[in-house]
Amino acid sequence: MPSPAMTDTSTTATHPTTLQGALHDATVYELAAALRAKQVSALELAQHFLARAEQHADLGAFVAVDPDITLAQARASDARIAQGQAGALEGVPLAHKDIFVTRDFVTTAGSRMLRNYRSPFDATVVQRLAESGMVTLGKLNCDEFAMGSSNENSAIPSVGQTQPGPVRNPWERSRVPGGSSGGSAVAVAARLAPAATGTDTGGSIRQPAAFCGVTGIKPTYGRASRYGMVAFASSLDQAGPMARDARDCALLLSALCGPDPDRDSTSLDLPKEDFSRALNAPLSGLRIGLPKEFFGDGLASNVRAAIDLALQQFQALGATLVPISLPRTELAIPVYYIIAPAEASSNLSRFDGVKFGHRAPHYGDLADMYKKTRTQGFGEEVKRRILIGTYVLSHGYYDAYYLQAQKIRRLIAQDFQQAFTQCDVIAGPVAPTVAWKLGDKSDDPVANYLADIFTLPASLAGLPGMSLPVGFSPAAADLGLPIGLQLIGNYFQEARLLGAAHQFQLATDHHRAKPAGF
Amino acid sequence: MASTPSATLLVGGYEVVIGFETHTQLSTQSKIFSRAATAFGAEPNTQACAVDLALPGTLPVMNRGAVERAIRFGLAVGAHIAASSVFARKNYFYPDLPKGYQISQYEIPVVQGGAVEFFLGEEKKTVRLVRAHLEEDAGKSLHEDFVGQSGIDLNRAGTPLLEIVTEPDMRSSAEAVAYARELHKIVTWIGICDGNMQEGSFRCDANVSVRKPGAALGTRREIKNLNSFKFMQQAIDYEVRWQIEQLEDGHAIEQATVLFDPDSGTTRAMRTKEDAADYRYFPDPDLPPLCIAEDWIAQVRDSMTELPRNMAARFARDYGLGEYDASLLTQSLALAAYFEATARACGQAKLACNWITGELARRMNTHNLEADQLPLPPSVLAALVARIAEGVISHSAARQLFDTLWQDAQVDGKASMDAARARVDALIEASGLRQMNDSAALQTLVDEVIAANAHNVAEFRSGKDKAFNALVGQIMKASKGKANPQQVNELLRKRLDA
Repeated sequence: MPSPAMTDTSTTATHPTTLQGALHDATVYELAAALRAKQVSALELAQHFLARAEQHADLGAFVAVDPDITLAQARASDARIAQGQAGALEGVPLAHKDIFVTRDFVTTAGSRMLRNYRSPFDATVVQRLAESGMVTLGKLNCDEFAMGSSNENSAIPSVGQTQPGPVRNPWERSRVPGGSSGGSAVAVAARLAPAATGTDTGGSIRQPAAFCGVTGIKPTYGRASRYGMVAFASSLDQAGPMARDARDCALLLSALCGPDPDRDSTSLDLPKEDFSRALNAPLSGLRIGLPKEFFGDGLASNVRAAIDLALQQFQALGATLVPISLPRTELAIPVYYIIAPAEASSNLSRFDGVKFGHRAPHYGDLADMYKKTRTQGFGEEVKRRILIGTYVLSHGYYDAYYLQAQKIRRLIAQDFQQAFTQCDVIAGPVAPTVAWKLGDKSDDPVANYLADIFTLPASLAGLPGMSLPVGFSPAAADLGLPIGLQLIGNYFQEARLLGAAHQFQLATDHHRAKPAGF
Repeated sequence: MASTPSATLLVGGYEVVIGFETHTQLSTQSKIFSRAATAFGAEPNTQACAVDLALPGTLPVMNRGAVERAIRFGLAVGAHIAASSVFARKNYFYPDLPKGYQISQYEIPVVQGGAVEFFLGEEKKTVRLVRAHLEEDAGKSLHEDFVGQSGIDLNRAGTPLLEIVTEPDMRSSAEAVAYARELHKIVTWIGICDGNMQEGSFRCDANVSVRKPGAALGTRREIKNLNSFKFMQQAIDYEVRWQIEQLEDGHAIEQATVLFDPDSGTTRAMRTKEDAADYRYFPDPDLPPLCIAEDWIAQVRDSMTELPRNMAARFARDYGLGEYDASLLTQSLALAAYFEATARACGQAKLACNWITGELARRMNTHNLEADQLPLPPSVLAALVARIAEGVISHSAARQLFDTLWQDAQVDGKASMDAARARVDALIEASGLRQMNDSAALQTLVDEVIAANAHNVAEFRSGKDKAFNALVGQIMKASKGKANPQQVNELLRKRLDA
């Protein structure tokens, strides 16, 4: 277990407030309270976090910052606080995964295709968080078009860099941060932002949260509007927050969710919810289902050990553990890697060089323009998935692949419903291992895909799932890397998940640990 | 059933088989999946919003008005309205297709089945519909205005279309055109489409094949974008001749998409089956299934105007008209309204019908007028028809008066029936065309003609009935057309039989 964080005395010394320790160690909840109490200003916070982002640019977390815009937003927040018009999260800074389109910053989706693309509108999630008063620090690195689980697939140089490169795990820079929301996880873990948005298609919030020791939640499909998210796989994509703890995630989730019927037809027609409402519910009587398929041979022993300890902690808090089965867990991998690429191959067709984004500088006829533009604009992993997706949708293959995958997808969802007759939430690992070394799986896409096995089922079923830090690998074996526990709830049970996580975090310190040097 | 026509029309020993796909532009103010306007003729790309441009992060949201129009159509053709239908993506690359796919309906369309009934001449025909589905239009590529480049105008991208697909039930170009006219009538009648063919609001693709009678269906070629009834007939006729020539020369027909060139009057292949794209259809994950509740359908049904076929049946029943006449009168809502107003005002439905489908229809054609643009209000025609029925004027006199009234009706549609009668009566008096109903005067005429045409009288007496008509003609001529022909008949017969 790493030692508790070093305190950055240079910044805290000037702030004799109720905020304990450094500004950047405070949670969203604490910062919001301090801002309302005028113990700190939005401007100070924005400056502080921008400075930290610059200081730790080597992590590669940010792909776009614009201090003028951030500071202007912070000043506007301070003005609203002064006028007594503060929003729920007024003045608290956060950064957005670069998959959300923004008016104020370029939006690249990690792709050469959109290197200088600027959206004429904000994503609904961005807009909602801005309306609650949050200040945008910038845009965060991610795998190209959110395709990847290591954040080694970004084609965009991060801030301060001239060449694209991987985002680095702050716990150990030779390790991947997970993906695709790698930049988001790193920004929160390294205290470059109190919170970040992420998107999760097959685990892209939960897995990097686990690898970087932060808390993240993907809500029920349809809770968060997809309007303004650069689409990867439309039937799976969901936005969610990544933050220091479950309480912060509840606050952020309450702000960013809500119906958006005029802009996203798949957004659920449910009123806005207070996802913090069940934070203090005791865990006595909570039935936690443990799918035996999540605890098989493929699970690394160091991960298994931390998960077992966490489960004991839940028992100590009054929960009971129930053995369950999700018999089609293994099928989730082929099903996902048919459906997601199929949808992606179609969603990415709009990047053709005609209207926006990259167009090849030299070409012959129209077909040549398409070919060169897309060859140059897309990275290897994206091309791989476009090819897979095009193949499985092709005449003669559709029934065998896409249609079959959809059928199994429904069965996977049914398995969960069966399981939820026996338990209230499901718990298990987020990933089979801790963060692997940069480059370890870059040449082996299948190995990458297999690592998604525990996050894919909930994605395919559209269920809410979260990741919370529950320990670290023994330093000797794996350098003390964070381990995440996954909690999966039934539809609309986000508040219950967050409550369980919060009760666990009240009793434990794993979520407070931070990497050395930050 | 139209699939087994009563008399098989053959062209050079071949049976012609035609099916139609019609793209009907729905008359919504905004696009099918975005809020941009659909008005025709705006500056390029001024009516394309972020969704139409397929900007990253944009998503489609269904236009309720487009669905409502699809329901109206389904009800109008007696089709099944699917309780749940599915939008699918049709994937292909083209510069005027911003998303790289068109949102359409593939496996489960909103309107299923139904039929269109119409008259071909006086023969009643039925063409079965396979389906009608909602989809978005693409933009336009402009090749003329740029040198070495093409322009893209996305104003039309996302315009709502209802694609109406028939079974291959038509057996001649004339039947195909009659079907297209009937369909055009229906969609404009129920107000789901403005019907403007020049602006592309009603575009037909004809699938044409030929076969020896009794043989399996031949290979079809699809003639795209027929946007006038005239070209439709020319194109199909040319295509049929071409296919028969090919077959007669021993060539097989290759499935192809062809374009009709009105200048040369020929069709030309655009692409063959080998070039056919694999559209990789799959359900659009951005749009949940389109669910239409029964009570919505009921609401739409209640709000609909009387359908042409129902109105025709009512005309036949209530006014004692033939089915064919009733169908002619229900060619458009305006014409039907014109007929009803005339028939009610004069109480002479059959006579009013004859005038409307004869004299009036001829002038509408000549002057390219719709029934709501006529210079002659129904009240005036009713007054004229009434005077014919009363025997005040003859048909031929009425035709002369009609001419004057067409030029200068002097009363408008808002004027009372009394005013219309006054106008017509004044004209009758002024023209001196009032029919001679005075028996004594007519008797004199009859006697004079008999005396002057002894040979006709002799012929008639020897059994030649034709001679009778010649005598009637002479009497009518002597009366300058004013004699009441019926009266003349009676008087003449009485005299000759005496």
